[in-house]
Amino acid sequence: MDSIFSRPTMTAAIIRRPGLLRRLVRSPRVAGPATFLAMVTVLSLLAPLLASHDPLEMRPPRALEAPGREFLLGTDEYGRDILSRLLYGGRVSLAVAVGSILLAGVVGVTLGLVGGYYGGVWEALTMRTVDLLLSIPPILLAIAVVAFLGSNLTNLIMVIGILYVPRFARVVHGSTLAVKQREFVEAARVLGARDRRILLVAILPNILAPIIVQASVSLGFAILLESGLSFLGLGAPPPTPSWGGMVGAGRGYMHLSPWPVLWPALTVWAVILAFNLLGDGFRDLLDPKLRA
Amino acid sequence: MGGYVLRRLAQSAVLIFAVATLVAVLVRLIPGDPVQVLLGEGQATPERVRLLREQLGLEKPVHVQYLEWLGRLVRGDLGVSLISRRAIGPDLLQRLPRTLELTVAATLLALAVGLPAGILAAVNRNGPVDLAVSVLALLGLSAPVFVLGTLLVLVFGLYLRVFPATGFVDLTQDPWGHVSRLLLPAATLAAAMAGVIARMARSAMLVLAEDYLRTARAKGLTERAVVFGHALPNALIPVVAVVGVQMGSLLGGSVIVEYIFNWPGLSTYLLQGIAQRDYPVVQAVVLVVSALFILLNLLTDLSYGLLDPRIRYG
Repeated sequence: MDSIFSRPTMTAAIIRRPGLLRRLVRSPRVAGPATFLAMVTVLSLLAPLLASHDPLEMRPPRALEAPGREFLLGTDEYGRDILSRLLYGGRVSLAVAVGSILLAGVVGVTLGLVGGYYGGVWEALTMRTVDLLLSIPPILLAIAVVAFLGSNLTNLIMVIGILYVPRFARVVHGSTLAVKQREFVEAARVLGARDRRILLVAILPNILAPIIVQASVSLGFAILLESGLSFLGLGAPPPTPSWGGMVGAGRGYMHLSPWPVLWPALTVWAVILAFNLLGDGFRDLLDPKLRA
Repeated sequence: MGGYVLRRLAQSAVLIFAVATLVAVLVRLIPGDPVQVLLGEGQATPERVRLLREQLGLEKPVHVQYLEWLGRLVRGDLGVSLISRRAIGPDLLQRLPRTLELTVAATLLALAVGLPAGILAAVNRNGPVDLAVSVLALLGLSAPVFVLGTLLVLVFGLYLRVFPATGFVDLTQDPWGHVSRLLLPAATLAAAMAGVIARMARSAMLVLAEDYLRTARAKGLTERAVVFGHALPNALIPVVAVVGVQMGSLLGGSVIVEYIFNWPGLSTYLLQGIAQRDYPVVQAVVLVVSALFILLNLLTDLSYGLLDPRIRYG
């Protein structure tokens, strides 16, 4: 695991904080996907207002209808409105993604900071835990844990969160090692600042760039994992609509109507694509080493 | 180099041991009494409960259970299925090659597509080919396995009907039938990896402007010789790194691919184990796949040294 390629390639970019946001907004490579994802988020949050139908209401006589005037994207095998289910399904994916990445970010950043700054036993302990978590394929660990503990939103967030701790811990650990050598950290120490203050005020703001990149990429992965689990029937329990679950359920009726599978499948694809574009955009902007 | 290899071997052994411990802990995390969960609350006779408890080894103290679990593992004994009462080891060993076959086929496919695409893009930098490769690579690496697999079944299985979309026949019985059924699942699994490889190869090949390549050109080598003799070998190093890492995620992705295409590998065994609450089966599959994953990482790390003489191990 500890080869030259698996170490974080990103050294901490020094950010002039007032300029960062403006630069991000102005870059089309960030603003484009960010706008799309903001739209998806708003649509999901406003699902109760926007949905034309109850996502759970079944109408057996109207099952598997093609897109039409009443049901804009068609109906699924129970005659439920696909568009409404898509809107509500976004809430599950986004809640799990945001919840788990918040958890992963807070724990991972703390571990990485403490490990990188103090070194010694702390470092060994956190980095070996990271190695362990990285040595099991994520989806396998998630499947196993959900299978043993039961699948509900809290468990999903916990599992996916824990799975993504190592990514944050590694990136922050490497960046902390680089930044703690710098003069302003030394200066803060000479001025009598306590460790806590040094970590939070001197170091953390200067390693935000790699954390932001990591967060945007990890959000995409979290949605990927959540929808994959839901697809297998191990995500949010039915009848709660979720994108992965919709694809999984519609699969059995594909020979009758492709729509129940097609819409959620394309939605997940587009959202993951947007997260990847966002990650690329952030990386180009924030990591001077990779900028052409 | 010898010292490095030994140290990495020892590290990998410790990791596998740690995963075994983690997997053992999982059963302890089941809320409530696993025996009651398995048999259905209050429905089983005391005799059944006692038997199952004994079978799971739950009546012994925790540390004895743990040591016995490790002891059996060391002897290669993965336990007995709660449902079929068969030894897990042989059943698992029968399915393992099919998962490996799928993973290797996907890797070869990803290399066959991704590497030339990346090289083409780099050679035609900023041209239409470069743009097309970048877009396709992004689409590929963003496509969730379950989305791509389902769409491929939809298109090939229901509309095109070129070849059977799902299922499995033994290679010895029907070689063409076997390969034709391998194609779609392998392609599903390969898409993301091909995208990553194409990107990596492209950016690695963009060293085309470097000094030693200018020297190679200056001494009169053809562009072909420069690209394949000098640039490509250097570009391959990061690609190997990526292939190693990605093969690990293929092992994970194969869980979903095998499920979609009814490929009777390890993951169908795992999912069946989960559906039947067959805990020992789930433990065994997680452990074996993780061990493979760890060994793959080890091989990747060791292969750098062979590919890049600049890397020295202290």
